Amino acid sequence: MTDFSRRQFLRTAALAGGGCAVFLLLGERRAGRASVPPASPAGDYDWTQHSYAYLIDTVACIGCGMCVKACKAENRVPDGFFRTWIERYEISEDGEAAVDSPDGGLNGFEENVSHVKISKAFFVPKMCNHCAHSPCVQVCPVGASYRTKDGVVLVDQERCVGCGYCVQACPYSSRFIPHEEDTPYPRTAQKCTLCYHRITKGLKPACVAACPVGARQLADMKNPFDPVRKRILTERVQVLQPELLTQPQCYYLALDKEVR
Amino acid sequence: MIPEVLGYAFPNDVHILWSLMIVTYPYVTGLVAGAFIVSSLYHVFGRKELWPIGRFSLVASLAFMLVATWPLLNHLGHPERAFNIMITPSPSSAMAGFGLAYNWYLMILVLEVWFVFRKDIILTARRSRGLKRFLFSVLALRTYDISEEALATDHKIVTVLAAIGIPSACFLHGYVGFLFGALKANPWWSTPLMPVIFLFSAVVSGIAAMILMYLAAMGLKGLPVLRETVATMARWLWLFMILTVTLELLEIITLSYESSEAWVIIRQLLTTRLSFSFFSLQLVFGSLIPFILLMIVVLMGSQMKARVQNILAGAASAILLVQVFSMRWNVVIGGQLFSKSLRGLRSPYQPGFFEKEGILPMLLILVAPFVILVIFERVLPMFRAVEEAAAAGRIGDEDAGGAGATN
Ligand code: SF4
Ligand code: SF4
Repeated sequence: MTDFSRRQFLRTAALAGGGCAVFLLLGERRAGRASVPPASPAGDYDWTQHSYAYLIDTVACIGCGMCVKACKAENRVPDGFFRTWIERYEISEDGEAAVDSPDGGLNGFEENVSHVKISKAFFVPKMCNHCAHSPCVQVCPVGASYRTKDGVVLVDQERCVGCGYCVQACPYSSRFIPHEEDTPYPRTAQKCTLCYHRITKGLKPACVAACPVGARQLADMKNPFDPVRKRILTERVQVLQPELLTQPQCYYLALDKEVR
Repeated sequence: MIPEVLGYAFPNDVHILWSLMIVTYPYVTGLVAGAFIVSSLYHVFGRKELWPIGRFSLVASLAFMLVATWPLLNHLGHPERAFNIMITPSPSSAMAGFGLAYNWYLMILVLEVWFVFRKDIILTARRSRGLKRFLFSVLALRTYDISEEALATDHKIVTVLAAIGIPSACFLHGYVGFLFGALKANPWWSTPLMPVIFLFSAVVSGIAAMILMYLAAMGLKGLPVLRETVATMARWLWLFMILTVTLELLEIITLSYESSEAWVIIRQLLTTRLSFSFFSLQLVFGSLIPFILLMIVVLMGSQMKARVQNILAGAASAILLVQVFSMRWNVVIGGQLFSKSLRGLRSPYQPGFFEKEGILPMLLILVAPFVILVIFERVLPMFRAVEEAAAAGRIGDEDAGGAGATN
């Protein structure tokens, strides 16, 4: 007898194939579990009782860069990358807009020396918008990017494979992947966490606490007595790139058409 | 070291995140799909003229497939977690489908190669002794049936696998295009045409590579090149390159005619940063010249010497390989040279030679499939039919008035 019959071979092949399928299905189930974010932060904090939003007043902002500094210190943001930054817009009388953000506004801004006649100028703080319909969460292949029950978009630094797909998918360029080894989590996607480690303890995000003029405010949309929530609900607010339908949870007061 | 920016770029946008490796990745998967299409033209569509490379193109597809993940692994920030993509995929992610698409296609390829070479494996096992015999009998999976009937079944299975393989290859590569085309954040990528363009250019690169590899392999082995084989591939190459270039042009024309918000920056991108790699390389040198060369081959091939025909087709193929590479470059790198602020362009990206994701690793990756092919050829001959035909004098140097193609 020389050989197994073809039938036998096919049976073996079918078994092996079935085994693979079971393995993949188990993987799917684990994936289901993995995409559930880690449990609610410890202590008596209940994340189903909060829903965060953010309000930025572009009229109040004086471009001092305190928030950028505070964020960098609080979150050990590596040089050359930004979880928040400040843009300066200078619009000339003939409608030309000049925008800059030297070092992300970390050290404030130099006085403008251009000879064009400026008709209006303002600062716009930028950060992750914690989009409710976030493209970054959608594209992450391993579920490392996720949205918490209280409305914050986070990255699980232990799961992220560093593919960079989320960085490409974020229309606001709020994400980055640092390669420097001196950051706590090199080679993974990073971004504004709304200082989740602070807000879940009842503290303000570092940038909000640092802003000398109150241009940056955190709102809890599930707290009916929150004054910032009231402003978002009653005043005229705008979001960045609303046409993309990402549903940003970062609202702007007096946003100019030049801002993208 | 912050790159220079013209205009205003969001501060996080000045880095090139998807490097040369992400240019190499679609390039290699394109070769996988393209080489497979060539082998299917023979196995499924009965293009008999392609008999000398029916097996070769199939194995080439497998060889490219085996290295397709290397550029990705080299790029990932945490390659040690790469398997998360397969074991804990996030259902909403386009990229998570990679594990499934890749494994599915790999399985089809391995099975098809096995069935195609089954007879040779068994014959070698029977002929040899000792360790070699053992290894080949393991390869044969201990089924030694090579009766007429069994071989006929093999043939049927190969046809079915090749037939399933065609949509799979199209899917695999269309999917790579989809990864880019489905990102609404980037106006240079976000077009439904992207998967189609990727797919057609993949076929172009695959056929072009097979023409060159066929010429090279026959040269190395001292076997005759068949006029009809090259002519057939040149015809298909011409067709697919026309389709590809038309689509590529359509995309630009639509963008410019719609003249949307993004066109302002894309026009700047094309006329400054990509002026060489897009206009000169991709469109003029890369498309126009091969178009003319292939047109000559297709329309007048039968009147010229086989050698001239081969040289023209080979030159067109080499240029088209550059064209497809520049197209990948223009998409992947081009899409990162302008900021999502749509107000600024960063300085061009120049990968270093010895960088982790630089030119040397790319060259190693591009050479690896050929090493695999050489090893494969040592184990299982891919050109046995050609060798036998040449030995029997059924084929020979066509210019010298030797025997012409028999099939
Ligand atoms: S701003 Fe960007 S990173 Fe933040 S949630 Fe939206 S898409 Fe994601
Ligand atoms: S870089 Fe990390 S968080 Fe971003 S998509 Fe890839 S795995 Fe997900």
